[in-house]
Amino acid sequence: MSSAQNRPPAVTVEHVSKRFRTPEEATHTLKERVLHPLRGRGQREFQALRDISFAVQEGEFFGIVGRNGSGKSTLLKCLAGIYSVDTGSMRRRGRMSTFIELGVGFNPDLAAYDNVVLNGIMMGLTPAEAKARYRQIIEFAELEEFQELKLKNYSSGMHVRLAFSVAVQVDADILLIDEVLAVGDAAFQQKCFDVFNRMRDEGKTILFVTHDMGTVQRLCHRVMLLDHGEMVAIGEPEEVGNRYLELNFTAAEQPQDGERAGDGFARVVDGWLENEAGEQVDQVLQGSRCTFCAVVQFNEMINHPSLTIALRNERGDNVMILTTIISDDLTGGFQRGERARFAVSFDNILGPGRYEPVANLAHRGAGHELMDRWAGQMSFVVRSAHTAGGLVDVPGEWTIERVRADQPAGQVG
Amino acid sequence: MSGPISRRARLASASPVAGPLDLGEAIKGPSALSGGWRRTLQLTVAIARNDFKLRFFGSALGYVWQLMRPLMLFSVLYVVFTQIVPLGGELENFPVALLLGIVLFTFFAEATSGAVSCVVDRENLVRKIHFPRVVIPLAVVLTASFNLLLNLVVVVIFALANGVDPSLGWLGLPPLLILLALFATGMSMLLSALYVRYRDVQPIWDVVLQITFYGSLILVPYETIRDKHEVLASGLVANPLAAVLQEARHLVVDPGYASAADAIGGGIRLIVPLGVAIGAFLLGLWVFNREAPRIAEEL
Repeated sequence: MSSAQNRPPAVTVEHVSKRFRTPEEATHTLKERVLHPLRGRGQREFQALRDISFAVQEGEFFGIVGRNGSGKSTLLKCLAGIYSVDTGSMRRRGRMSTFIELGVGFNPDLAAYDNVVLNGIMMGLTPAEAKARYRQIIEFAELEEFQELKLKNYSSGMHVRLAFSVAVQVDADILLIDEVLAVGDAAFQQKCFDVFNRMRDEGKTILFVTHDMGTVQRLCHRVMLLDHGEMVAIGEPEEVGNRYLELNFTAAEQPQDGERAGDGFARVVDGWLENEAGEQVDQVLQGSRCTFCAVVQFNEMINHPSLTIALRNERGDNVMILTTIISDDLTGGFQRGERARFAVSFDNILGPGRYEPVANLAHRGAGHELMDRWAGQMSFVVRSAHTAGGLVDVPGEWTIERVRADQPAGQVG
Repeated sequence: MSGPISRRARLASASPVAGPLDLGEAIKGPSALSGGWRRTLQLTVAIARNDFKLRFFGSALGYVWQLMRPLMLFSVLYVVFTQIVPLGGELENFPVALLLGIVLFTFFAEATSGAVSCVVDRENLVRKIHFPRVVIPLAVVLTASFNLLLNLVVVVIFALANGVDPSLGWLGLPPLLILLALFATGMSMLLSALYVRYRDVQPIWDVVLQITFYGSLILVPYETIRDKHEVLASGLVANPLAAVLQEARHLVVDPGYASAADAIGGGIRLIVPLGVAIGAFLLGLWVFNREAPRIAEEL
């Protein structure tokens, strides 16, 4: 690292801001535009990135963390040149390759060769380079025997392996990596980590976007934390990791008690807990399947609201948070005056004690634009025959085997 | 938190180096041609190659099906309009002229209607990878061009079988095809960029294509219309598709067909179809280029 300090940074980002304009109602036809020239002009602006500046040194493994909707993926897409930025500038030294999604543009009806060559060219190789590297790519993916097959006959694992191999073989100096590691089986994930570690050791510059602090602490030299499109912290993984956790817990607390929070476009009017049999209960057994239901009254037309249920223990810790935001599924559109029941089922791993559900209802997005906050209305008790004493009791699986004293730790099996 | 710190001060704190810094090249947002012409061309060819391969090897009879569409249309029109209601009159080799027209129109229709939704269809690509956006419509036109060349082979065989003599005039065909491809490319870029915002471009263009078919002298030749309505006949040649077809018939099928210059009423007036074709190309390029940076966000 010390030698890299004397050289200009591999990636420089200065005062970058990015704003999205999403039309209130998507007018997608010319007819609508002609018939209602004034309507549909109402646009909601969303500031995705606010004055971001940082520099990544050559050979650095740089993490970008943040909750959903914090702008981290937007930043990566700006760096990749997929989105244009509104203000600010970005510079890079060296060839850059993007791993935002693997195997983009793969055609299921073509064999490996055609797909690899096209994907390679897409990612920045020349046609000659792509053809020359085909052999290496197919070997790395361990798909030599299957190269004649059309991609539609590949298993999803084979698909991912092929895609990852192409991306790796592009051998850029700077890599932009989104959370592609979430795909593939455990063995393949390990292989990915091995590759990333190798690249790190080879002195490549890596920008890695994730919301998983564990991965960050395992791999990164330095981390940047984003929230609401702003840079909140930058520095050592440990330090930023703590800040990140703090942010996660306090986010649901922001509105002051007393007045009911939110803009009231919709309200949670009722909430209760159901047991496995679907009966409304205020006592549940640990280990059983439970469902929390909330009834929402819509006072305006709302598209894709988000609902987050926090289960809070008597000390005020949010022990479990169930949210529609993480799942990325759209919740649907609702008319003014409509009522809807939101139900979420979960395995009850909560430690014994009393819990109070807090429901946050928000506009579409990361859950920051609150419509209503429902709290202090009910509580329930979790009973358990035996508990280990932690906040939650997660069923764990133990394996125990003997190891030799001279065997280094971590290399068992 | 930052206050009024100047750019330079901020940079200096980021890396303590004396002297000017080489920060490398700027990262630009997406554009129609990012990466330069060379890369654009390479990608276009690679995509078109794969598309073409898919169509050829996608089904057992690949090429035969590809050929079927224009040939079936031709057979029907041939029977109806030369045997039952003769439209070609005493024109030499009207069936050859008809087939040539259908093949050229098929190219134009395939290139443009295929292009309308192409950018939206490849949404995944556009949102995940940085590449020159214009390759998507260009690849559609290129794939259609491959088909055109294959279809022209059939036209040539049909022409020779009908006793058309090869002449030096045939050499004039490539420039005409290039002009047609230029026109088709312009429309493709324009339509694919507009479709991102306005989804009714699709039905509108379907209708426009149908009108174009009848307005391009394919079925009813220029000579037949001229006898009834001279101004209308000349006016139709302002359409680049009609002008190209008329000139191609003149050069390839039989000199008895009026040349485009004669048909429009003087060589100088050829500026109109030429201008329309080049204008469409420039307009398409301009619109696409303007829309390109935002396509990924608006999909």
